[in-house]
Amino acid sequence: MSQNSSSATTKISTYLMMIVLIVLALSIVALLLSVNAFIVGNEIVAGYLLVIGFIAMGLSVYVLFQSRKRAASMKIEAPKVMTTIECKKCNFKSVREFQRGDFVFKDLDPCQKCNDKMIITAIYKEVKEKEKTYGV
Amino acid sequence: MFAMEVLPNMFGGGGDSISNILSILFYVVFIVFLFYGQRIQMYVMIREVEGSLYKLKYIKEEGRKTTIETIKEIGKPQTDPSDRVDRFLEYFTISPQSMDPAGIVYKLDHILDVRDTRLKDEVKLMAPASDEVQINNLENTLEAAMALNFIYKVVRHYYIQGKKTLSLYIIMQLQMILPLVMKEAEAYASALKAFADGQPIGDGAGPLVAAKLMHGYETRKVPKDCVVASVPIEGRTALIIKAEGPGGNVGKPGEAVQAVIDENKGKVSSVIMIDAGLKLEGETVGEVAEGIGAAIGGPGVDQYKIEEAVVKYKIPLNAVIVKEDIGDAVSPMRKEIADSADKVIERVKNVILERTKEGDKIIIVGVGNTIGIGQ
Repeated sequence: MSQNSSSATTKISTYLMMIVLIVLALSIVALLLSVNAFIVGNEIVAGYLLVIGFIAMGLSVYVLFQSRKRAASMKIEAPKVMTTIECKKCNFKSVREFQRGDFVFKDLDPCQKCNDKMIITAIYKEVKEKEKTYGV
Repeated sequence: MFAMEVLPNMFGGGGDSISNILSILFYVVFIVFLFYGQRIQMYVMIREVEGSLYKLKYIKEEGRKTTIETIKEIGKPQTDPSDRVDRFLEYFTISPQSMDPAGIVYKLDHILDVRDTRLKDEVKLMAPASDEVQINNLENTLEAAMALNFIYKVVRHYYIQGKKTLSLYIIMQLQMILPLVMKEAEAYASALKAFADGQPIGDGAGPLVAAKLMHGYETRKVPKDCVVASVPIEGRTALIIKAEGPGGNVGKPGEAVQAVIDENKGKVSSVIMIDAGLKLEGETVGEVAEGIGAAIGGPGVDQYKIEEAVVKYKIPLNAVIVKEDIGDAVSPMRKEIADSADKVIERVKNVILERTKEGDKIIIVGVGNTIGIGQ
């Protein structure tokens, strides 16, 4: 990856990280203040601060988690592509990972069973996740 | 001080300081949203577009990197091809003037020919050690990188324009189409890898069927970049046409069909076209459908030529399509699409049996990019 794009991705995370850290720090302050208010005897204020502190902390952790997820989705995952090899004479079939230079109907080494030539009959990727039908 | 005392009571809050603060906060938020709601909404949209733009930039840069690495690996150039690749990514094609549309198809055809020759020559200069198949694959790889570069630049253009003018409508339009743009960009990113490695893509459904039908029979070249084989099917003679593989190539099926019809002096009882067709959401990938007409995409030149040729001799034009979405069409072929080839052959045989007589000549055209598919 070039330097430009890496700086672009880090720019997002730095910005987010800054906000998250501020919110996290404020949430910790709120929690400490709530403890202080509880000691002083002001239980209502302590309760409010406790709720605010926990909500802020939860939000910052959530945003951090989301940003990490987004950063992971930046990566382009190359799908696993498989090559099916068949012997037309004895129907012996094997499947292996795609290698550069493979193409459909390419002649390969002789068959292990009958010594007749084997050919590539299919090259495909398998998509595991099923499409949502949305109930219609 | 007046607000501190009156506003909380209006809000119905208690008398302690916390409720006072919360009440005032509520009013501040209400007033801010009243006057700046649209602007806040726009900033949220801008942030969203910005995120996608960074992702597009990343995809584009990855595409460029993959392209350069593939050229270095396959083409063994003496010098660094980066500058030439960057220049290539900025290539443009000007479509012919359409104020007087008569003859525009042949003008467009000529421009596309010139473009194709120019791109191939550029690739040959970039990758001198590559053979014909690799040149076609590299050309396709570069075209995918070009598409990614173009998508990024267009999105960036509207993003900057929206930010400059602070126009909600520019940003809103961009934000609305962004999911589709991102899907297309991700598909091209996937295509780029497939082209670089020479893997069959979803668009190759047509050539795959044609290759299965013609495999084992003698083939000969027909203009342009296509092959034809004469194959007996159900007592008829099928002239099967596909782009010449296994390099990344769509050929010119329009010219090939015209040439084969002319060779047979128009004595062809049916033309059956097989292509990948865009599916609607909810339809299954690899579903096979049958219809009438020229099943071929692209700029329309080949469709025009095929229609001209069949109209001249009044030849029925049938089509069989394999359904897939744009992402599947340009990324490595899914198993469902590869498996549908046999179903398509059955459908084609049905059409032949129902629509033609024994001893007839028919033309079967496998339309699409034949990358990773031989014959």
